[in-house]
Amino acid sequence: MALSFIEGNEAVALGALAAGCRFFAGYPITPATTVYNAMLKYLPPEGGVCLQGEDEIASIGYCLGASMAGNKVLTATSGPGISLYSEQISFAIGSEIPIVIVNVQRLGPSTGSATKGADGDIQFMRWGSSSGLPVIVLAPVDVADCYRLTVHAFNLAEQYRCPVFLASNKEIAMTRESVDLDAVELPDIITRKAADRDKPFLPFATSNDHTAPDFLPIGDPTLVRQTSSTHGVNGYITVDPDEIQAFQLRLEKKLKTHCDEFALFERDLDPQARTLVVAYGVTARAARVAVAASRAAGKPVSLLIPKTLWPVSERLIVDTAAAYDRVVVVEMNMGQYVREIQRLLPGKTVSFLGQMNGNLIKPEQIREVI
Amino acid sequence: MNSLINTSRPPVFCPGCSHERILHTLDKAFVQMGLDGNQVVIVSDIGCSGLFDTFFNTHAFHGLHGRALTYAMGLKMARPDLKVIVTMGDGGLGIGGAHVLSTCRRNIDLTLLILNNFNYGMTGGQCSSTTPQEAVVGSGFLNQLEKPVDICQLAAAAGAAFVTRTSSYASDLVDEMIAAISFDGFSVVDMWGMCPGRYTKRNKITPKSIDADLVKLPRFQGPVPENQRKEYGSGYRDVAAGLPTPARPAKIEARFQPPASGRQEVLILGSAGQRIVTAGEIFCLAGMTGGWHATLKNDYPITVLRGHSVSEMVLSPQPVDYTGIERPTVVVAIADEGVGRRKKMLARLGGGTLIIKAAGVTLPETGATVQEVDFKAQKIKAQDWALASLAVLARKDRVISMDMLKAALAVRFKKAILEAALELVDRVTD
Repeated sequence: MALSFIEGNEAVALGALAAGCRFFAGYPITPATTVYNAMLKYLPPEGGVCLQGEDEIASIGYCLGASMAGNKVLTATSGPGISLYSEQISFAIGSEIPIVIVNVQRLGPSTGSATKGADGDIQFMRWGSSSGLPVIVLAPVDVADCYRLTVHAFNLAEQYRCPVFLASNKEIAMTRESVDLDAVELPDIITRKAADRDKPFLPFATSNDHTAPDFLPIGDPTLVRQTSSTHGVNGYITVDPDEIQAFQLRLEKKLKTHCDEFALFERDLDPQARTLVVAYGVTARAARVAVAASRAAGKPVSLLIPKTLWPVSERLIVDTAAAYDRVVVVEMNMGQYVREIQRLLPGKTVSFLGQMNGNLIKPEQIREVI
Repeated sequence: MNSLINTSRPPVFCPGCSHERILHTLDKAFVQMGLDGNQVVIVSDIGCSGLFDTFFNTHAFHGLHGRALTYAMGLKMARPDLKVIVTMGDGGLGIGGAHVLSTCRRNIDLTLLILNNFNYGMTGGQCSSTTPQEAVVGSGFLNQLEKPVDICQLAAAAGAAFVTRTSSYASDLVDEMIAAISFDGFSVVDMWGMCPGRYTKRNKITPKSIDADLVKLPRFQGPVPENQRKEYGSGYRDVAAGLPTPARPAKIEARFQPPASGRQEVLILGSAGQRIVTAGEIFCLAGMTGGWHATLKNDYPITVLRGHSVSEMVLSPQPVDYTGIERPTVVVAIADEGVGRRKKMLARLGGGTLIIKAAGVTLPETGATVQEVDFKAQKIKAQDWALASLAVLARKDRVISMDMLKAALAVRFKKAILEAALELVDRVTD
């Protein structure tokens, strides 16, 4: 067994390279900076581009331009940067520009504590853009996940032409771990589907109401239009309410119709258990320890670790929780994802353990609520 | 060559708007340059200048207010062969000021056409970054208190290699545009014009008065001599082509039998400059040569040259789930700053924990087993105390062995630094 010793942020960069990422732009911010450092090390010598924007708005703007030129693009920031990204994220949602955004969460609110971890942006990533249309958010648990889920994130961004967040956390991103990256199972690489050049090109036309449009890059022999304005299938402004409604509905349906197909998760179920613990991100690791200790002490308990946080894998949660009287949700915030669990499980007892003091939630704390 | 004007989307500017003149002049420039639509991207900003992409049969990218240059930057870096033209008003210039300055500094081959009509036409004629103080605009008295920016002087000061200031009505406007688009670097063309929908209703301005105003200002027409340099994208690619391919993360083979079993938690409490993070890494690498899994967390203030530096390491035969440290096997305490960060934990410890304490460091009351080492007396510099402490542990076969430590040093260091590190770990006594 030969292991490498790397932090989550470097694993993200290596995952991006494995996925075919050719373009990175970011603005330095702890604890996301080392994604940028790694991309700067790896990308330019391979003929890719890594840029430092003059601010976060510029950094994601560069990425959107490069993505429309056909590149797979990555950016990385933390909560304060996500705020500045917000309008560009709305643009990427509405204009279907593939991009992977790493959010290395740190303790907020605002500038908060740059070197302390938290999972305080879980609802922010989902709702922090104008329009309220869905995005995809994946939450890694460890360094191997940072590598693997980054590849998934690129695949999803390419397939559904939307922003995909990697909801990392300082406690994974800047913690170095021994890991065998060669042993990590990666999905097949997906690249956005090219439009048929023999047919007249309509940049936002789709064959049904629940997929992303086929793509041609800006710079193609065929002319391509991209716009942040409310547009019809031809990429020009539309004021037709029926066309607008169909477009909004498609942006919603293209993710929600397919979300069970990309519901990534881990489950460790005990048939004797009456309690199900739900935890994600770095907290899931403490939950594993707590669950093992609880079982060893004769108290059976089950564990669900959702890794696709948004869109919520409703079927997964409802089906998994069906056998339990009680569900315990643990997260490094004051109670964000628990809202989704409560919404989906009316009639069940849903308990919550949250902490937002810059420290990891300890296995002992989780055992107390189990 | 044919016009690139989109005949199915005729221009819809207000009658008398100078934007329409600029539109047709730009088309003339494309025709005279022999450009096909698919060789050109028009990146348009928000406001009336944001309508430009619609009126041309070229590639089109229309995005957020003030951010047009950011998309253009990404497009141009990804596709250096394309002619990328950015159309922006004086509004976009103001809100996107940081992007304008950065693009000037970078000298990437983009053309920025500023359709400067001294107000926000689309939202009601409010003042912009170029509104004269004496103008009557939709922002009440506010513009009287703000000095308008001279974008040409600003761009030149920021390093723009090509700056032209002209009138939308200039007879040679097409030549100015061709010169700007042909220029291999960032070119800025500031075109003064009239907004009949908003601005000229209350401010007397004519093509003649624009000419008269322009004459009073420093002249900018084309290349700025002091800013001539290599274009950013080609410079980037030249440098990148010469970079060596970086090595992927090293792989550590398990070669030794570790002297301990079960989860081991180790804490190093030091201060900036004591190479704590490096020692933490070496300790983990040492563990990995024994077939262990390892995690390393570091805690230090933003002032990296002052204050505490703490590393938390976990070694375990199984992959490490929880990376926090509750019951350390060993604590290395080599500076009061680090000890100060973990006082509560140190007070909780029992005799199962070994604390290696450098002489001179003060510990709180603790039940742990404390061993003091006088590194100073051994003529070891403070910056080497962390590594020396690892050698003390290895010598005792506590958590790691000397073979593991030396193998880790060989992974981390090369040549003279490796030799010095090996000499140090051989020399330390407890």
